[in-house]
Amino acid sequence: MFKSYKDLPLGGVIEAAPDRTKKKTGDWREEKPLWDEAKCVNCLLCWVRCPEAAILVEEGQMAGFDYDYCKGCGICAHTCPTEAIKMVPEEEEVPEQARVRAKARRDGNKSK
Amino acid sequence: MLEIRWHARGGQGAKTVSQLLALAALARGNYVQAFPEYGPERSGAPVKAFNRIDDKKIRVHYNIYEPDVVVVVDDSLLNSETVKVTEGLKPEGILLVNTKISPAEVRRKTNFKGKIFTIDAEKIAESSGVGYANIPTLGALARAVDFPLEPLAEELKKMLGKKAPPEKVQANLAALQEGYERLSANGG
Amino acid sequence: MATRASEQLRVLTGHQAVAEAMRQIEPDVVAAYPITPQSEIMHYFAEFVANGKVRTELITVESEHSAMSACVGASVAGARTMTATASQGLALMIEIVYIASAMRCPIVMAIANRALSGPINIHCDHSDAMLGRDAGVAQLFAEDAQEAYDFMIMAQRIAEHPSVLLPVWVNLDGFTLTHTADVVELLEDELVKEFVGEYKPRYPLLDVDHPTTQGPFALPEYYFELKRQQVDAMESVPQVLLEVQAEFARLSGREYQGFFEPYYLDDAEYVIVVMGSTAGTTKEAVDTLRARGEKVGLLKLWLFRPFPREEIAAALEGKRAVAVLDRALSLGNYGPLYLEVSSALYEAQRRPRLYNYTYGLGGRDTTAKQLEAVFMQIQEKTFGKEMHYIDLRE
Repeated sequence: MFKSYKDLPLGGVIEAAPDRTKKKTGDWREEKPLWDEAKCVNCLLCWVRCPEAAILVEEGQMAGFDYDYCKGCGICAHTCPTEAIKMVPEEEEVPEQARVRAKARRDGNKSK
Repeated sequence: MLEIRWHARGGQGAKTVSQLLALAALARGNYVQAFPEYGPERSGAPVKAFNRIDDKKIRVHYNIYEPDVVVVVDDSLLNSETVKVTEGLKPEGILLVNTKISPAEVRRKTNFKGKIFTIDAEKIAESSGVGYANIPTLGALARAVDFPLEPLAEELKKMLGKKAPPEKVQANLAALQEGYERLSANGG
Repeated sequence: MATRASEQLRVLTGHQAVAEAMRQIEPDVVAAYPITPQSEIMHYFAEFVANGKVRTELITVESEHSAMSACVGASVAGARTMTATASQGLALMIEIVYIASAMRCPIVMAIANRALSGPINIHCDHSDAMLGRDAGVAQLFAEDAQEAYDFMIMAQRIAEHPSVLLPVWVNLDGFTLTHTADVVELLEDELVKEFVGEYKPRYPLLDVDHPTTQGPFALPEYYFELKRQQVDAMESVPQVLLEVQAEFARLSGREYQGFFEPYYLDDAEYVIVVMGSTAGTTKEAVDTLRARGEKVGLLKLWLFRPFPREEIAAALEGKRAVAVLDRALSLGNYGPLYLEVSSALYEAQRRPRLYNYTYGLGGRDTTAKQLEAVFMQIQEKTFGKEMHYIDLRE
């Protein structure tokens, strides 16, 4: 913490690019997105519009959600042209497939 | 300090000649101001423009209420009910009108007691091919207030030289000169 | 001297003088929206851009709110940025002006002072300038086109000084100065370029090797301190102004030493305090009355923000009476300039009798005769303390 107003960078500038990884926003969620891979056409509009970069993409293909950062805003579901994403209550079970992919992504494992 | 008020209609170039006069006065070492009647500009509507000329820096920034000289570029304004061209004009001042009528008739119309000059600037504008009466009227003003023609011609050349073809510049210079020479007086 | 100076003597309107300064400074970005009586500044400047006289990126936008927003974006990106506006345009900008100040954007702005609606009016008063009183912008007021030109050049240096980094407004009376052709001495282009130098932004957003986050949300644990930084920035303006004035004097031969111009002030017993073009008219009134033996003088304020309270108090202390002339209302109290002067004098031992006049609202003309009358009125000890109005039909 700073001791004086003089210690703050001028005009409140933060001398770094924004780094979302520092703040996990997953626990803001009341609803979570679910992905129906069969309906997905890989347009990646969800990836473009997600404010938290929580859409996982592998080799140019939609690969599920990063639930550590998804705050449940639902923009992906709203934006999806094929209704491949729907919002469900947080308590609902996440299908194995999506969870595995998400974990694989976080672990840096690029294999499918 | 010499204070001049120009009366014209929007589009007749009163502002332009007031600026020309300012440029020429600066060139001969005077301090100057030139300003239009502030506000919306409407073609055809009665407009005013103003000049102040002095040997020292001009510091005042308010309208001219008691001009030494009034120049009327459009004589239909002599009959105007809304514009009184002689308003505030000093009794010992000068009234210069671009008109075909005589100074005596101008005096009858205006009841002005001071010096009255007239110039048929319209005719000069037509014969010289400049189209606008403002330039010959400026030439006449120079004669009336004893302002040298040379710096005016010089500034006119500079102002037009950038945009107009040489023959147009020559026509304007001739019109300025003719206005200066043809001024007919009926001094008060 | 004579040849060099006279070669640069021109007949220019206030518009042209400001546009010439902008051409010589050649900012990286200008974003503006037209409004009377400012528009011609941008007409002339746009002509410079179109004719390749400057390499400035001129952004035409759909409103002044957007103009100011574009200016903030450009300034934060690291560009030397300018704009110009007036009246309603400035009112629309104000939301972003506060942000420009807080984000420490050194944007130089020419304000062609005009009354605020309503009733709608296009003529001069200082109501628009007063919108910036608390916004965190330094404000200079010009008496004539020459001062407007000189202040534009000095403003650049003040705004970009590392201890300031705030927007600076150069106020010039709408129409009275903007539309009046006056004799102006321009400096040579190279001299101006050298004087303003190159702008070296501290945190250019376009420097992708050193990424920064600008304009972040500041919650209660940060907001207060960041505002306190702006207080320091404002308070450093006077010293910077003096330095810039001294350097400018060496360059131009034109002396602007201080925050106000005193005119027969030292031995004056009765003083008018005023800003803008009416100061010139007041000088005429002072000359007339001095010739009659009246001990009158003028304090023409150049720097309205930050308000030079100590210097003003020192200059006015011991005078018999002072009339503060406001060209704006602060509805519900005395005029804004009066309030500043009166609070500055609170600590003075020998306080003058202080009077407030409102003049020139919506372009009402103010003559030397009227100002002579003010000087005579304030000599009466029984003269009322209520607000007085010059040339108003009571």
